[in-house]
Amino acid sequence: MSASADAILETRGLDAAYGPTQVLQALDLTVPRGGIVTLLGANGAGKTTALRAICNMMVRCAGEIHFAGQRIDGRATEDIVRLGIGHVPDGRGTFVSLTVEENLRLGAYTRRDREVAQDFERVYGYFPRLKERYRQQAGTLSGGEQQMLAISRALMLRPKLLLLDEPSFGLAPLIVQEIFRILRAINQQEGTSMLLVEQNASIALELADQAYLLETGRIIMAGPSRVISSDESVRRAYLGY
Amino acid sequence: MQAFLHQVLSGLANGGIYASVALALVMIYQATHHVNFAQGEMAMFSTYVCWLLLQAGVPYWVAFILTLGFAFAAGVAIERIIVRPVEQAPVLTVVAVFIGLLLIINSLAGWLFSYTIKAFPSPFPSDAWYGSPFMSPHEVGMIFVTMVVLALVFFFFRFTPLGLAMRAAAQNPVSSRLVGIRVGWMLAIGWGLAGLIGSVAGMMAAPIVYLDPYMMTGILLYGFAAALVGGIDNAWGAVLGGFTVGVLENVAGAYVVGTELKLTVALAIIIGVLVIRPSGLFGRVLVTRV
Repeated sequence: MSASADAILETRGLDAAYGPTQVLQALDLTVPRGGIVTLLGANGAGKTTALRAICNMMVRCAGEIHFAGQRIDGRATEDIVRLGIGHVPDGRGTFVSLTVEENLRLGAYTRRDREVAQDFERVYGYFPRLKERYRQQAGTLSGGEQQMLAISRALMLRPKLLLLDEPSFGLAPLIVQEIFRILRAINQQEGTSMLLVEQNASIALELADQAYLLETGRIIMAGPSRVISSDESVRRAYLGY
Repeated sequence: MQAFLHQVLSGLANGGIYASVALALVMIYQATHHVNFAQGEMAMFSTYVCWLLLQAGVPYWVAFILTLGFAFAAGVAIERIIVRPVEQAPVLTVVAVFIGLLLIINSLAGWLFSYTIKAFPSPFPSDAWYGSPFMSPHEVGMIFVTMVVLALVFFFFRFTPLGLAMRAAAQNPVSSRLVGIRVGWMLAIGWGLAGLIGSVAGMMAAPIVYLDPYMMTGILLYGFAAALVGGIDNAWGAVLGGFTVGVLENVAGAYVVGTELKLTVALAIIIGVLVIRPSGLFGRVLVTRV
């Protein structure tokens, strides 16, 4: 089966396992070019594993992964990243003892063009608070600022696709709203496609156009966010009303 | 007073060598959390390579640069071929590999070059203008060379993209892959740099301790003591520890324990640090800075 032309990312029958423990089973997932897709599910459903599987990171996989028209499954993480996938991992993964500026410079590590300086201003435009703290060690930032830094670092790559692993995790509601507002702005202004993993289903469904529901490693429901969020059982299980 | 000053200054000169060895140990420790026991032997072997080049009539500084190149390549090769397969192995396995490496390099040097002690030339003439009653020209030159090397290393880590990527890879390999850094190669380059820094120590020490396959045994102990004094995960601390140990060793050797028991100073420092302050002087304050 060939990948459809309007999809930036497509997985076909993607299995993933940690050692002998099977976590994902036959995952079929499509992220349209320029679209935002969210992957919802309870703790342990395999959401984080799905993102790791796409980047071939810490997990053993089988199945096909197509990105921007090429097969990427089985390639090394650093090569997949270089194709234009910015991964904002769970726990944020900032370099805590390096400064904000050094973190961002590392984000642009693979780029050799002259527009990197310009991109510093671009991400500082989205997150002005990082500019105020550019000399500070990342570990001294607040949780929200670290999340902003993690997203900014991924943006420095000029990714075609952003993988976001629970950007709302552990943050105050106001900060979460601010970050999701900025994610929407990034999507609209730069056309960056996004695959968003969330436990906070209501805010994720608000941002995303499409949603997949994951339960113990399988997709049990998929469709436009509007349809999913009005589904009776989803509302009761994930939205709490 | 003059004699005391002489002991302190020549201690500083030796300290430069210990600082280089300590820095090499710390670099590998930061990236892999292992102490490379073969660090000294790698330096010794490189010094033999320099000796071979000198025997072949190559001018000193050309031989020096070529040796740096050899030491770097050898470090990279050792990481790729020997260390990499045991990357995920338990600590004891890795320790066994490093000790094996130490013995192999040592025996290889003995087999190739014999165990006979050889004189090794200093590039600094003994009647040079920078000599003084306090320090011989070689000691002055040695301090100068180690300072230049240390400064270059710090400049490299602080201001170049590759240096930054190496610091990132040592600190957080997972995130480093996610920004496209080839972590495996960063480790290999780290080994290469450690080998290079060690070879400078070897070439600078050889005119004093003479060239033989065991020349680095004592120096590695001092270097290890220096790394512990500064905090095994702190590069600045290692350098400072190197100079501290150099002075302590010389002064204690001259006034307290006598020259025969000098090496016990290193052992006493190692035990003292581990008992009183295992994190070293700077281990906590600047933990992950390079």
